[in-house]
Amino acid sequence: MERITITKKATEVLEILKEKHGTLIFHQSGGCCDGSAPMIFEKEDMYLDESDVLLGTLNDVNFYMNRDQFEYWKHTHLTVDITEGRGASFSLEIPLGLRFFIHSRLLSAEEETFFNSKQMH
Amino acid sequence: MNYSKPKFKDKYENFINGKFIAPLDGQYFENTSPIDSSYIAKYPRSQKEDVELALDAANAAKESWGNTSATERATLLNKVADIIEANLEEFALVETCDNGKPIRETLNADVPLSVDHWRYFAACIRSEEGSATELDQHTLSMNIKEPLGVIGQIIPWNFPLLMLSWKLPPALVTGNCVVLKPAEQTPSSATLLMEKIAEVFPPGVVNVVHGFGPEAGKPLASSSKVDKVAFTGETTTGQLIMQYASKNLNPVTMELGGKSPNIFFNSVMDEDDAYLDKAIEGAVLFAFNQGEVCTCPSRILVQEDIYDAFMERVVARTNAIIQDNPYDASTMVGAQASNDQYQKIQSYFKIGIDEGAKVLTGGEANQLSGDLSKGFYIKPTILEGHNKMRVFQEEIFGPVACVTKFKDEAEAIEIANDTLYGLGAGVWTRDAHQLYQIPRAIKAGRVWVNCYHAYPAHAPFGGYKKSGFGRENHVMMLNYYRQTKNMLISYDKNKLGFF
Repeated sequence: MERITITKKATEVLEILKEKHGTLIFHQSGGCCDGSAPMIFEKEDMYLDESDVLLGTLNDVNFYMNRDQFEYWKHTHLTVDITEGRGASFSLEIPLGLRFFIHSRLLSAEEETFFNSKQMH
Repeated sequence: MNYSKPKFKDKYENFINGKFIAPLDGQYFENTSPIDSSYIAKYPRSQKEDVELALDAANAAKESWGNTSATERATLLNKVADIIEANLEEFALVETCDNGKPIRETLNADVPLSVDHWRYFAACIRSEEGSATELDQHTLSMNIKEPLGVIGQIIPWNFPLLMLSWKLPPALVTGNCVVLKPAEQTPSSATLLMEKIAEVFPPGVVNVVHGFGPEAGKPLASSSKVDKVAFTGETTTGQLIMQYASKNLNPVTMELGGKSPNIFFNSVMDEDDAYLDKAIEGAVLFAFNQGEVCTCPSRILVQEDIYDAFMERVVARTNAIIQDNPYDASTMVGAQASNDQYQKIQSYFKIGIDEGAKVLTGGEANQLSGDLSKGFYIKPTILEGHNKMRVFQEEIFGPVACVTKFKDEAEAIEIANDTLYGLGAGVWTRDAHQLYQIPRAIKAGRVWVNCYHAYPAHAPFGGYKKSGFGRENHVMMLNYYRQTKNMLISYDKNKLGFF
């Protein structure tokens, strides 16, 4: 069972970026402008610690979210997708004229029990 | 009166050291209009080397610019204000084309407000004084404010010229040189401004470099050649910029958005008068600028005993919004700034409905006809639900408000503060006690009381909590761009007697 998954189209972009930049991570952003969307960086670029929750791994790319934000998101299942667009953040897909974004749905009863009845690390 | 798309050149350049310069490796990106996806022009896809060039120009200029008089700098700021004002309609059209916002707003808000911010900071620097204290009869402590040097500024796409005009004047008037990167969605008004003011400042004082975040923004934010970075955007990039600043031990200011509550107490409906009419408009202001405002009043909280009657009127007013061609003077809501925003907003409709929110109006894209069918239009939307839903917690950055009810003051405050952010809030009441007590209890940097969405110069604006830190639009900003030189002067001829 997974909290997060990725579409085939987004995976193809992910592979192009891995080829070019090496080991990557996703970090879900909050706030204005280009926020509320996932950003992708070289692994060493972002300082991660216990305030970041690992939601899952998509084709060897870890997906993190700040713990405070996760508290408001943990009842939902996420799918990373890609669309044409032009973000203004430092996310690595932007020069391709593309932006990752998120589809969400509620966790099923079974998923809810599996993920949220125990402490997430 | 109706307008049409303004004319552009085919290609624009960076503005570095007082000249328009092509990107070193010759790459450009195509900028399009969100109104109809039509082509605007090519802009430089700058790389680290272009940013370095601009930083070198700024560093070369900082000594002499930092030594100019406050009078001289203020005069130049006023000159910029006069130039923008004299070309108001041209700036408004370019802004509408690039961002998708209605011409009504750019003519009456974006551009005139920009003019005022340049004038405000010109006035601030002329009216302030330093300080000197006689510590004892022989010792004087004198504080002289000195510029930091070179400032990197990264601005967003929701109010391109206005955000530039919030950030550039306080940095320049305090004697700093600036390298500014406009958002890649909206490079046009910054470029137009550089064309108009190319001769105003000495070469190197103002530099504008275009390009993508990872290629041009990151080298600017992480360079050891900047002395401070100012950023408006979202939390993840905010964290990255602070990391880079920590390596250089540089100060930063951050404005990172919010999820602002707009609270309506039952006394708003005590009379059916001009004030109630104003309050209803206050609720509908969520649709202003297509909701692409850091302080969008995106959570409407209504006291339960007036909920049905109040919301009936808010929904009716929302349904009366004219969403059409942004060049038409009667249009109230235009296009979202880009396709990815357009897609993101629609993905929030899905999760909102999935979580049980009820659509009171809107809830879908607005398919306009003709050329506009290729634009990014979202119907002004009100979702009814509760504060734990994700649509109540995340900044959607679209014309979308989420409404819920509260029982009493305590519950209103609890819901208002149940958010990661603290940028703006609105409080609407006829009760004199609530007018003071409720704003004090809300953890946000700006609380509008019986008004909303006013951004005058001279009123400090900035966030609590994860909305960032630092304040803009106010004289206090001068010190964000300066350091204090303390001269401790002895007028005593006698030695200490230690050695």
